Amino acid sequence: MIDQMRRAYAIAKKDVRIYYLKGPVIIFGVLSPAFLFLAFMIGRDLPIDFLLAGLLGMTIFFTSTSVAPVIAPTETQTRNLERLAAAPISVTTILFGDVLASVLFGIAISLVPILLGMALGVTIMHPFILALGIVLAAFCFSAMGLIFSSAPTSMTSTVMMLSMMVKFPLVFISGIFIPVQELPSWGQALASLSPLTYITDLCRYSFQGAGYYPVMVDIGALLVFLAVFMVIAIKLHERSLPKRL
Amino acid sequence: MKNVIEVKELTKHYNGLTAVDHINFEVEEGEVFGFLGPNGAGKTTTVRMLTGVIKPSSGSVSVMGFDLGRHPIRAKETMGVVPELSNAYTELSAWNNLQFTAELYGVPKREAKSRAEELLTKFDLYDRKDHKVKTFSKGMKQKLVTAMSLMNDPDILFLDEPTSGLDVRSARLIKEMVRELRDTGKTIFLTTHYMDEASQLCNRVAIINHGQIAAIDAPEKLKVRIGGLQYVEVSFTAPVDVSDLRAMAGIAGVRMSGDKIQLYTDEPDRTIRGLVDYSRSFNLEIVTLNTLTPTLEDVFVKLTEEE
Ligand SMILES: Nc1ncnc2c1ncn2[C@@H]1O[C@H](COP(=O)(O)OP(=O)(O)OP(=O)(O)O)[C@@H](O)[C@H]1O
Ligand SMILES: [Mg+2]
Repeated sequence: MIDQMRRAYAIAKKDVRIYYLKGPVIIFGVLSPAFLFLAFMIGRDLPIDFLLAGLLGMTIFFTSTSVAPVIAPTETQTRNLERLAAAPISVTTILFGDVLASVLFGIAISLVPILLGMALGVTIMHPFILALGIVLAAFCFSAMGLIFSSAPTSMTSTVMMLSMMVKFPLVFISGIFIPVQELPSWGQALASLSPLTYITDLCRYSFQGAGYYPVMVDIGALLVFLAVFMVIAIKLHERSLPKRL
Repeated sequence: MKNVIEVKELTKHYNGLTAVDHINFEVEEGEVFGFLGPNGAGKTTTVRMLTGVIKPSSGSVSVMGFDLGRHPIRAKETMGVVPELSNAYTELSAWNNLQFTAELYGVPKREAKSRAEELLTKFDLYDRKDHKVKTFSKGMKQKLVTAMSLMNDPDILFLDEPTSGLDVRSARLIKEMVRELRDTGKTIFLTTHYMDEASQLCNRVAIINHGQIAAIDAPEKLKVRIGGLQYVEVSFTAPVDVSDLRAMAGIAGVRMSGDKIQLYTDEPDRTIRGLVDYSRSFNLEIVTLNTLTPTLEDVFVKLTEEE
């Protein structure tokens, strides 16, 4: 077990070295949340701490889901996978490594909106909850990213397209742009299906002192999403790995 | 001698196609075991099952006493693998590729360092160790992948066509390495299309065709076993009528090979005398005359011939 964790860490290190600066990661991970956010928020008169919570939630969402999906198709194309498959590591170990790299990227980039907010005078009322939320959400979204890349293809663009088709709807149904309490009841039901709702809610709680759901519900929901995404990702990748060789 | 690889009724189907069909064999400790067969015979599929990269449809494999189905991690820790088509990470330096491999196999840091230095030196890559692999030539990449496969000091090394596409010197380096490893008691499982390579290196070879094993034995024994394939190779200053030669006593068959004529026979002595008489009576000069025993290539061709 400990051996496998160490080896997952080695994989994460390799991922950091190779994939952080890849084009799709930068475009889909850093630029697209920034533009999406600007497009929706400019000209609307909303409190800064509300905006910041939304921006932060979206940043974690996009950055964490941008690294993991690039790895499998790229390594299929560059023919690195067979040696990984022959190494004494399980598919789970490989995926944990990929998730870890993805999580670190998500956390690092999410510091940008936080620092921005602090510079604009936003105070963080619950820093511990915020940190926990960010870490948890980064894991959750990274695992989700892995599900997209389980399609046994070597085309990064296919995976990116697939992931965008799922990611944008998840953003729109979440409570990022409109607070959950102001949504009609069908909108609230829909919002509860998006993991993004819970991290945004946690961010609002941390910045504004109050969220829609109780904190434990947010954390619990993120944990459940994480577990479900991870199990699905492992199952799918175990099936698709041999098809990539 | 103990068996380090045991394969029982190993089978792989790919939607309807049987790539490997109930094969059985053992590889003994310290041997260089050659795996030969035409394109598409099932060599790579077999290697992939032996190295735990793909799961067999049925049958079992054990390596160093570990059943690959039940203890894949333990089994894989004992192996080094050079897959048929594979690459190091081109975005990483040679050095980082080696260290990454060492980490995957749980090799302690200090050991990994000294082994990487040793291997880079041996494979003539030391002065390029900090360069990204994408700047390497094909042969350099292959040497690096081979070095990576040795980072965990494996008991068994799997090489799937390790010398294909390499220049003479690099190919020799790899063959030399195989011999050295054999001398230190390692076991090597080698697939190749080069028959002379197999007969120089291998203690035993298996010939696989259509997913089934046609023969397994020491190369010399295989040559004897197929028998009837000794031949005399002759060339004359002027063209001759091949049917005259075919009519000579004790000739089993005649084949043209460039400007040379190959006469298959069980009695080379008698054939040579016959040829000398023949050249004298037609006033021809003999340019070359050789007796040849069958090569591994002859064995291979005979065993994998389509009916
Ligand atoms: N992933 C796969 N999906 C479907 N069929 C496959 C797959 N891999 C191999 N095959 C088929 O299995 C058979 C054996 O292939 P394999 O790669 O083992 O041959 P080989 O002996 O290594 O050939 P070569 O000398 O060309 O490397 C071939 O008919 C091939 O088409
Ligand atoms: Mg092959």
